[in-house]
Amino acid sequence: MSTTVRPLSVGASLERADARLKVTGEARYAYEYPVEGVAYAALVQATVACGAVESIDTSAALALPGVIAVISHENALALEPVEDAELAVLQSPRVAYRGQIVGAVIAERIEVAREAAALVEVGYAPEVHDVVLRDDHPRLRRPETVLGSPADTDEGDIEGALAGAAVTVDERYTTPAVHTNPMEPHATLALWDGDSVTIYEASQFAAGAQAIVAEAFALPPANVRVIASHVGGGFGAKGYPRPPMFVAVMAAKLCGRPVKIALTRRQMFPIAGYRTPTAQRVRLAADSQGQLLAVGHDAFVQTSRVSEFVEPVAFDARSLYRAENRATSHRVVDLDVPSPGFVRGPGHVPGSFGLESAMDELAERLGIDPIELRIRNEPDIDQESGLPYSSRSLVACLREGAERFGWPRPRRREGGWLIGSGVAAGSFPCFQMASSAIARAETSGRYTVKIDATDIGTGARTVLAQIAADELDAPYELVDIELGDSRLPYAIGAFGSMGTASWGHAVVDACRALKARLEEYEEIPEEGLEASADTTEALEAPKQYSSSAYGAHFAEVRVDAVTGEVRVSELLGMFGAGRIISPPLARSQMLGGMTWGIGAALLEESLLDARFGDYVNSDFAAYHIASCADVERLEVGWVAEDDPHVNPMGSKGIGELGHVGVAAAIANGVYAATGVRIRDLPITPDKLLPRI
Amino acid sequence: MRPLRYVRPQDPEEAAALVAVDPRARFLGGGTNIVDLMKLGVERPTRLVDVSRVLDDTVEETPAGGLRIGAGARNSDVAADPLVRARYPVIAQALLAGASGQLRNMATTGGNLLQRTRCLYFQDLTKPCNKREPGTGCPAREGEHRGLAILGASEECVATHPSDLAVALAACDALVLTSKRWLALDELYRPPSDNPHRDTMLDHGELILAIELPPSAPGLRSRYRKVRDRASYSFALVSIAAALDLEGDTGAVRDVRIALGGVAYKPWRASTAESMLIGSEITTATLTDAAEAELEHSSPLPDNAFKVTLARNLIVDVLGELAAP
Repeated sequence: MSTTVRPLSVGASLERADARLKVTGEARYAYEYPVEGVAYAALVQATVACGAVESIDTSAALALPGVIAVISHENALALEPVEDAELAVLQSPRVAYRGQIVGAVIAERIEVAREAAALVEVGYAPEVHDVVLRDDHPRLRRPETVLGSPADTDEGDIEGALAGAAVTVDERYTTPAVHTNPMEPHATLALWDGDSVTIYEASQFAAGAQAIVAEAFALPPANVRVIASHVGGGFGAKGYPRPPMFVAVMAAKLCGRPVKIALTRRQMFPIAGYRTPTAQRVRLAADSQGQLLAVGHDAFVQTSRVSEFVEPVAFDARSLYRAENRATSHRVVDLDVPSPGFVRGPGHVPGSFGLESAMDELAERLGIDPIELRIRNEPDIDQESGLPYSSRSLVACLREGAERFGWPRPRRREGGWLIGSGVAAGSFPCFQMASSAIARAETSGRYTVKIDATDIGTGARTVLAQIAADELDAPYELVDIELGDSRLPYAIGAFGSMGTASWGHAVVDACRALKARLEEYEEIPEEGLEASADTTEALEAPKQYSSSAYGAHFAEVRVDAVTGEVRVSELLGMFGAGRIISPPLARSQMLGGMTWGIGAALLEESLLDARFGDYVNSDFAAYHIASCADVERLEVGWVAEDDPHVNPMGSKGIGELGHVGVAAAIANGVYAATGVRIRDLPITPDKLLPRI
Repeated sequence: MRPLRYVRPQDPEEAAALVAVDPRARFLGGGTNIVDLMKLGVERPTRLVDVSRVLDDTVEETPAGGLRIGAGARNSDVAADPLVRARYPVIAQALLAGASGQLRNMATTGGNLLQRTRCLYFQDLTKPCNKREPGTGCPAREGEHRGLAILGASEECVATHPSDLAVALAACDALVLTSKRWLALDELYRPPSDNPHRDTMLDHGELILAIELPPSAPGLRSRYRKVRDRASYSFALVSIAAALDLEGDTGAVRDVRIALGGVAYKPWRASTAESMLIGSEITTATLTDAAEAELEHSSPLPDNAFKVTLARNLIVDVLGELAAP
């Protein structure tokens, strides 16, 4: 990958390709497609956390005028088993968590469906449930892998290094369960035509959904079409199908009608996935000069009884800083809880709270500035893989951010406010997965690029048009992007901060192939001219470099000495993420991630009631996300980074990066302001007040 | 589907009569709470009687020199009213500390006082709640109760009243005029030891018509302060409406009002603290003593014990500020 695109459209602040559609309301989301004869599904959910459905009385529901059917395990369509047993919807009477789908009512109108769902009488044989994660839970186990990587690593002799070190940190940190809550809830519209089904879906990955539906419903993949033209946010929760999609597809088949379903906000909490709570032990050892001798990170997380998802909490600690002795571990316990899953910045977000809080504690014990401490431990190669970095700008982010922020800012008091500042680092790896695309030249002089990418609100249409325009030597305005449809050339989903890299690579290759073909022709033939590309082969070559995007967050925090209220007066994020394809869209990504970081630090927490076994603060009045008033001064800065190796665009993924490290920067700021170290997120007045 | 009748009465008398005869009828003001509760299934009325067009929505000076606020006056309008802002700033501050601009534009004065607790269990039909379904139990005591009551609660219910406005009105000695009678605001709410499913002393079909505020003493300084997890759009962990008037020569307390929000089923008028402070000098010591005496009989639960400290700090800090020259 020696050549990178010549930026012309890339790097320019162009109008968002779907701006007009969005502001005029023309952009259509899954639930909004008008369909003749559509029926509506409403869910019946388990009210026990563990046990089995013993009886279902549907008579009252069926007696309601307008009810078409009530589906339960007694009359559901038999599905082929798929890997994620969460998707074995209505296949057995077992209840794995409170809020699990045990039935669905299909009716002519949504109001009827909901009313009837409340009339379905379900009898349970409840069993004793176990829903609380503890780092000494007797059933904690080591998972076989964590997202395909080893659960544990152990380099050198961490115990020995800790025992002999001048300065050590050995602390326990916890982060709560958090829910993604995209603005658009999970929604599906399913229409069958014989043995083929078309599914309009709130999905981050249309092809992935297509494959799983085909497998479960025993259909050839070609008979399943998934359309995700516009998606109102995902944050990981729409990466793979969730149960309601299967309810809609099954109900549409059984009723012979198109069926729509959308989760209510409350239903999002048990059904749509969330980030596991974590308990973490972080151990650091350093010599008196601040040279790290040991980094240890042990993580404890939960998963459900039906679905294994292990949050990769300790991955960051494997390579963020140089240390000869490093050990990480992940332990997971299967509980009678809703299934956790991917949430923006998986692993890195909760893990960086532990690691970067501990680095702050180490800096203080050493009497070294926390930025200087990080710079002293900058690795020259990726010590985990042994590979050189294709580029790495953590030090530049710290230094340039420090200058811009005016670090260090001494602790001060203004009226009743105690004011302090904190810093923390963040990183997220550069993934790329095989994708394909078709580029077409039309006789009109316009170009069309077809790729089953998904635009979940991030601006994929815009950046892919920018990339294609530069590759085709064409103005941005002449490029049309078709995406969000599994009939288009296969592409990986919008997750893992790998969308633009994976799709962009395929688009570049397709455009190059088209240009080569265009050279063979005097003029474009009437039917147009097209070329396709697939990056599968290109990505099979062994990796020569390790690539990640890096950032540094600087937070000025004020704490009310009387009430313990915490507010973030200022937050600066400096990032090194290769070439920035669309500066305004990239800035929006970072602002969103940083705002969520304020929520992670101070507000967000899904509260589990252990007696019932579910998350009880399941609305936006009780589950606090940052409001506009919580966001004061937010600034995003980029350090120049030229990476000729990472991909043809020289770009790095930025979907997650802005969120990683924010909570630690704020917690470190709270410590600087008050002298109180809160190791248990979120930092709320009840935790601070007794200690200030 | 459950049929729902929406009725627009001609006047408040008709509104009250329509609701009084139908146990499943409810008044509809701004709809900012009852509509949410209907979506959740907590409220299942068969008839909504829209009082928003028939209730007085003005703010008028009374012959005695106080203010009369029509029960139909929107929260935004009351907060912006020049007389309210000049004479009872604590009320304007309390209103602006609540909800969002959109909600305040809709919410009425009467409806604000009658909004229901945001206790998580009250709003969740799959769980017991004595306030929603009498006799089913209260899971909050052993469950999520960080936001719930530390004062005046019962074994049956530890809910808090969510209104900010009511706290400020309590500090102003407001009177409530209903279709049947006058009540002091402090008498409006029903202690949870007695039928916790009934929030107030009002009869079914009794309609709040207006709030009346006695004249504000010229030297009385007032302030509302609300402590909450996020900077806006959340209910109070603890709030305080305080007013203070000092003797010009001695600096002794001539008049003091302290009402606490987020701590009880009603705005908690801190009368013990008030009576200790009357006639005394305002110092950190006298304020701390008064606050601690007031809170001595609090009965916090494990996760809301911080509210006792918070309430004490607020009394000391806000009264201290009001006393500062």
